[in-house]
Amino acid sequence: MLSSLELDSGSHVAVIGGGPAGSFSAYFLLQIAQRAGLDLRVDIYEPRDFSVAGPKGCNMCGGIISESLVQNLAAEGITLPATVVQRGIDSYLLHMDVGSARIETPLQEMRIAAVHRGAGPRGIQGEMKYRGFDGYLLDLALAKGAHLVRKKVENVGWQDGRPSVKTQDGCQEACDLLVVAVGVNSTAAKLFEGWTSAYRPPQTTKTYICEFWLGEETIRKHLGSSMHVFLLNIPRLEFAALIPKGNYVTVCLLGRDIDKALVQSFLDSPEVRQCLPPNWQPPDDFCRCSPRLNTHGALHPFADRVVFVGDCGVTRLYKDGIGAAYRTAKAAAVTAVFEGVSAENFRRHFWPTCQSICTDNRIGKLVFAVTRQIQRQRFLRRGVWRMVNREQDKEGGHRRMSMVLWDTFTGSAPYRDVFLRSLHPSFLGHLLWEVVAGIQPFNTTRGRKGIQ
Amino acid sequence: MTTGALGKLHADGEVIVRQGEVGGCMYVIQGGQVEVLLRKGDSAVCVAVLGEGDFFGEMALFDQEVRSATVRARGEVRLLTLEKKSFLRRIHEDPSLAFRIMEKMSHRIRELNGALKAALGRRNVLR
Repeated sequence: MLSSLELDSGSHVAVIGGGPAGSFSAYFLLQIAQRAGLDLRVDIYEPRDFSVAGPKGCNMCGGIISESLVQNLAAEGITLPATVVQRGIDSYLLHMDVGSARIETPLQEMRIAAVHRGAGPRGIQGEMKYRGFDGYLLDLALAKGAHLVRKKVENVGWQDGRPSVKTQDGCQEACDLLVVAVGVNSTAAKLFEGWTSAYRPPQTTKTYICEFWLGEETIRKHLGSSMHVFLLNIPRLEFAALIPKGNYVTVCLLGRDIDKALVQSFLDSPEVRQCLPPNWQPPDDFCRCSPRLNTHGALHPFADRVVFVGDCGVTRLYKDGIGAAYRTAKAAAVTAVFEGVSAENFRRHFWPTCQSICTDNRIGKLVFAVTRQIQRQRFLRRGVWRMVNREQDKEGGHRRMSMVLWDTFTGSAPYRDVFLRSLHPSFLGHLLWEVVAGIQPFNTTRGRKGIQ
Repeated sequence: MTTGALGKLHADGEVIVRQGEVGGCMYVIQGGQVEVLLRKGDSAVCVAVLGEGDFFGEMALFDQEVRSATVRARGEVRLLTLEKKSFLRRIHEDPSLAFRIMEKMSHRIRELNGALKAALGRRNVLR
């Protein structure tokens, strides 16, 4: 047993939660420790089986792996296989009542991955040729040397100044470091409310996600390899997206008090209907969930020998939650191996990563407030639509609005970058021009299709 | 067609990077193989074949020199591009991202040392 607040060969790390934050934590702890010549024992406590279809094996999320995370993982040597990536995304289509605009990636590459977090939706139809992202990451961590404890954690406590984990079968074991990666949707999250004196759980809102089976050919024909983003002036709806997967399309809605009527109103809107097969109607029964989504990060997500990573700590606002899990897990692992596992170590070396995400989220709130105004004002929607189309029609040149929208909706860049780029005089000048030109009775976009 | 493949597909024989040209990115192989060719005069020698998970073009990230070799698709190959500016920025935020590149570069230096040692050995035998 080690009494110092440092990890050494033989140290025991318990990771609660086998989602991306937990798997990344175990993976990087073992990788960095191996590089530093330490032999750690890492146990991942995860009762769920991610190979089971439906809610039992799903971590409830839209299932988008951002461009920046795909690239970071590639640099780490983690190549996402085609059996996990259900569809490579190379563009997105922005749909508004004034028209639609396609925005392509700069190199026409499939740079975003659409995945299922679990094995697939409840009642999955057809051959299960894809595997879930969470199961894939967990297997990577196990291949690195982590051990899977397939038991539910019933309680956490302290034993001789070290955190201890008690499972449902009554087994209790102390560890040198406890990594908490329980997200915000599991019952395990409640174990930590008030457990350490300073930790305050994150604030959340509810979102709505559902899956519809359309079949691979229909998806290819109607949705292609594009993410479809909707800025519609529907009351209570803030943001909506259709994400094509292998045989399924994932519908993600963000807004206030999302109920059946709001979902139906979204699905019935002409902008959505044009993306789906004619006369298509949602089936009576389909896989759906209303997971919580962070709006404000946790306070003090660390203590002596304890660190909170992923959603139960600090994550990005609305987008790229898996990317934030990767960043916080890696920062925690680097701190634990090289600096130590005291609260002070985490405050000095792990917390700056969380703070940088929190600061960026504050700017993100401003970006989404502007997006809400665009959503509500038709003249602004028309100005944005005209500017994007003009940029996409033109070969080369700066695609300022396209890139601002791309990074806002895909989460591929920090909100700070998006905000600063939107303050560029050329961006503001062009937008002003397009807004004014859109209001004018004469048409300044002759030959452009679909102008209204 | 595979719907879940990432990156961009390059046809058999397509030149991805050309020796002597200025490079602004590195590539990670998502699927398939590429061959690394060293040109000397009119002839070219294949010095390596790289496969899934390997990367090339990384020297362009760290120096301002031109590409040191030509890389050509060997059969269909799928590549993911990491642009210099954005990737360097990420390395500045998280230096450990460069660890694997350094590891690979170190491995290549060892291989070159081995090849040099073998060549010097042959020369001594000839003397």
